[in-house]
Amino acid sequence: MELIYEQSRSGRRGVRLPASDVPAAAGLPAALARSEAALLPEVSELDVVRHFTNLSRQNFSVDTHFYPLGSCTMKYNAKAIEEAAKLFAPFHPMVPLLPGGSSFSQGCLGLAHELGSALAEITGMDEVTTQPLAGAHGEMTGIMLIAAYHKAKGNKKRYVVVPDSSHGTNPASAAMVGYEIITVPTAPYGDMDLDRYREVMTDEVAAVMMTCPNTLGLFNPHIKEICDIAHDHDALMYYDGANLNAILGKVRPGDVGFDVIHVNLHKTFGTPHGGGGPGSGPVGVKKQLVPFLPDPRIVKHDDGSYAVDTAHHRASIGRTAGFFGNFGVMARAFAYITMLGRQGLIEVSEQAVLNANYVMSRLKDVYDLPYDQTCMHECVFSAGRQVKNGVHAIDIAKFLIDRGYHPPTVYFPLIVKEAIMIEPTETESKETLDAFITVMREAAELAEKEPAAFAEMPKTMPVTRLDETRAAREQNVSYFGC
Amino acid sequence: METYFTKEHEWVKIKEGVAAVGISEYAAHQLGDVTFVELPQVGKSVKQFEVLAAIESVKAASDIYAPVSGTVTRVNEALNDRPEIVNEAAEDAGWVAWIEMADPAELKNLMTREQYDDYLKGLE
Amino acid sequence: MMSGTSYCPNTPEEIREMLASIGVASVDDLFRPIPAGLRARSFDLPEGMSEFEMLRHFQALAGKNAQHLTSFVGGGFYDHLIPTVVDHLSGRAEFYTAYTPYQPECSQGTLQALFEYQTAICRLTGMEVSNASLYDGGTALAEAALMALRVTGRSRLVIDGAVNPLHREIVRTYLSGLDVELVEIGPKLGMEDDARLRAAIDDATAAVIVQNPNFFGSVSDFRRLAEEAHAAGALLVVSAYPVALGLVESPGAMGADIVVGDGQSLGNPLSFGGPSFGFIATRKGYIRNLPGRIIGETVDREGRRGFVLTLQAREQHIKRHKATSNICSNQSLCALRGLIFLSALGREGFAELARLNYDKAEYAKSVLGGLSGVEVMNGSATFNEFTLCLRKNADEVVAGLLKRGVAAGVPLGPYYPDMGNCLVVTVTEKRTREEIDTFARQLEGVLWS
Repeated sequence: MELIYEQSRSGRRGVRLPASDVPAAAGLPAALARSEAALLPEVSELDVVRHFTNLSRQNFSVDTHFYPLGSCTMKYNAKAIEEAAKLFAPFHPMVPLLPGGSSFSQGCLGLAHELGSALAEITGMDEVTTQPLAGAHGEMTGIMLIAAYHKAKGNKKRYVVVPDSSHGTNPASAAMVGYEIITVPTAPYGDMDLDRYREVMTDEVAAVMMTCPNTLGLFNPHIKEICDIAHDHDALMYYDGANLNAILGKVRPGDVGFDVIHVNLHKTFGTPHGGGGPGSGPVGVKKQLVPFLPDPRIVKHDDGSYAVDTAHHRASIGRTAGFFGNFGVMARAFAYITMLGRQGLIEVSEQAVLNANYVMSRLKDVYDLPYDQTCMHECVFSAGRQVKNGVHAIDIAKFLIDRGYHPPTVYFPLIVKEAIMIEPTETESKETLDAFITVMREAAELAEKEPAAFAEMPKTMPVTRLDETRAAREQNVSYFGC
Repeated sequence: METYFTKEHEWVKIKEGVAAVGISEYAAHQLGDVTFVELPQVGKSVKQFEVLAAIESVKAASDIYAPVSGTVTRVNEALNDRPEIVNEAAEDAGWVAWIEMADPAELKNLMTREQYDDYLKGLE
Repeated sequence: MMSGTSYCPNTPEEIREMLASIGVASVDDLFRPIPAGLRARSFDLPEGMSEFEMLRHFQALAGKNAQHLTSFVGGGFYDHLIPTVVDHLSGRAEFYTAYTPYQPECSQGTLQALFEYQTAICRLTGMEVSNASLYDGGTALAEAALMALRVTGRSRLVIDGAVNPLHREIVRTYLSGLDVELVEIGPKLGMEDDARLRAAIDDATAAVIVQNPNFFGSVSDFRRLAEEAHAAGALLVVSAYPVALGLVESPGAMGADIVVGDGQSLGNPLSFGGPSFGFIATRKGYIRNLPGRIIGETVDREGRRGFVLTLQAREQHIKRHKATSNICSNQSLCALRGLIFLSALGREGFAELARLNYDKAEYAKSVLGGLSGVEVMNGSATFNEFTLCLRKNADEVVAGLLKRGVAAGVPLGPYYPDMGNCLVVTVTEKRTREEIDTFARQLEGVLWS
């Protein structure tokens, strides 16, 4: 498709602005004034509508296609939550920070506070900050809280321990806070190698970051022991909430021994992913970490009113984002939690786990299953068998695109060669899963009979396979490289 | 000229106390199309098996470790414009840097080509 | 087990078939890998409700916010018009319910839009390369600070005290665990002179960080600062307000090396502080040091143009703890809104929007500045914000005006203890002459009561 800039015609106007009702002022001094207007598109409103409507049609999405992208929890996003969020669109975040301003923002402050309380109950934590703007931002915030805890106690800590199956954000977040990383390998049974874990645990370890179930979709039965060992060294346990969808109402990380958790509202709590964001990553903590939470904090008074505590708390890590978090995402998540309620959230984890195990049971005779045991919300196959015929996981992904399915995650987790990571989520029906299973089995069959056929796939999209090497070498990231 | 290898798949060739360093053909093949080589600064001093440089392909990134200790005296500037030379000639024109060796005795910590070939067989 | 309360479609009959296929008797059996002692001790939440009941509940909640404040408040978030097409087009489900475009062939919509977004950011800021968005303006500034440390290999940063205090606090928080010296240069209101910033640059300085217009609303020429920073081997980082870029010279033309800002003003509602997006743009030579996702142009096998996520080897999912940043989810949808906003207004419309903001603010500055007991403090030109010094404490004045339905601006006392009588007033294109005149009368009333 043409770029919007290629449709530009000098002098063409789009949306009209209100006429000015004040006198025209003298312009800026020449040294400050823009010498040339930015080269934005010159297109009509219809040009804009047609361009972006047609662009959107080049995307697969949850609303149009089954999207079992492992680790991303691509569940259905209820439309009612959009209406709920729109109710809060006009409110300025500075208002409650003004003197006497809290009383003008009771609805927004109340929503943020009540969401925090609900998340604390769901995860078994004592208090929640909604400030972090995404999962990785929550991880960084959580590790900063842990660093502040150790600093306050005078602990000398250097390391953060992560299993090699972890999301890349875990070590990246810990490194941003200044820690060195110790990586523990995965044992043949699919969980972090306990013996190696014991070996690396010293008093210099600040925290252990875990996803449970892990990125193989497996619940670690030794998780309590792992927490106890960490606590013996005064290391804190960090729970990466990316896979929380698997355990809603079944397990609360706080009960197990985790000290800090982040929750991805855009995964577990049904807010739209938006082509890569916005997300939202509230962080929950146990009591001993409350003094370090970021400013400003929302407090609830005995009379039921809410206020912003704008004091600079001496022990606080400071401020990790501008205001109270990605509020629009928080409003959607709170609407979702309000609609589903206690029983609905339990049903989420049950059906998510049922769907994943069903897919696993129906595909494990044709794809390698490196860790063959009951999975939680997702299952990880390997295309190892197909690779012998020259068909890689990425080729199977392209086959699926031609058949109208968004592919599973295929580059992750790094510890499984040729990984095919499938997360169906709870909102998909058995019919959808059966149709997907049929197509996955056809892929396996084609890999046996006619492996060469994969090379030309996908054929039905606006483009065929793209030259990623050329993109990385040429680095053309802006039209006309301006 | 004798060539030695590391377990991390670097090669080193020695001539008059200077070591030319690169990554092995096996490593280049594993990485796939190389898109970038982060060259060290000339004058940098490195210790054996510490990070010397870094290399990227479309979907992988990996460090290049110094096979020997010493001072970097020259880097392969041609890789800035054509990183694909590493794929075309990993053990020749795709060299990464020259190191003036501090301690020739360190070579005993490396593998000969024969030993490296056996090592590669063990990885399969 | 209940069914249908949580958008779960499977019927009891289907669930029985699935369990039989798996070879277990019940859904509970699937949770057997979880040791019994680890089961949730509590899950005390209200039961669910229909969307109709939920919306009634939310309407009541939203109704507890003040509905009709006339706002002269900015401070990083701005009340701007949003063309109808922005909601309409960004709300297309194919954009809205997709995720990060890992599979480029079925994600060209998102990829091309983000490439167009990157182009728009480059053109606005006068820079060569942009990423596909960060979280918000404050975190983008912190990422720029970290990026400057990577580019220069140095560990000292100089930041202007006239940078948004909330953003400075975020920078401080991000740097707190690292071995970095952050030098904050206290601002002198009314004396827009970068001499003290220039004097603070030394051979160990990675970057000098400024904001234009600054927190007080003043617009500055940073060309000389850029020259002196470059002479010392340091970078110039500029935080820019995107709407101002319709009128004010681009940071690129003034010599900036990294430009960041908050994109909320470009088509994103206030929404109580988020989601918005952060932008970051830089020179081509620093592209590998950019944090976050980058979209690149390439070709398919037939030679057709297409777009992909590129330079991914910098990112956390490949490079893990050595990545340029930990960022994974960004703010794609908000960036898309920004692009649609800029496209709908277009080249002339965007310049006109900036001009409208400028004219309204100049009018307000003259009306308010003409009041007895009010002094305009800015020593240079301003864009759509300016700082007043009042005869009374600004906190009291703001509290008094709030009761009359006017959010008068941001009082500076909480952020600059010696500026307790100062107030930053913001006037966007949404404020009418009548609202400005009314505000002036009310301000006068509060000041002299």
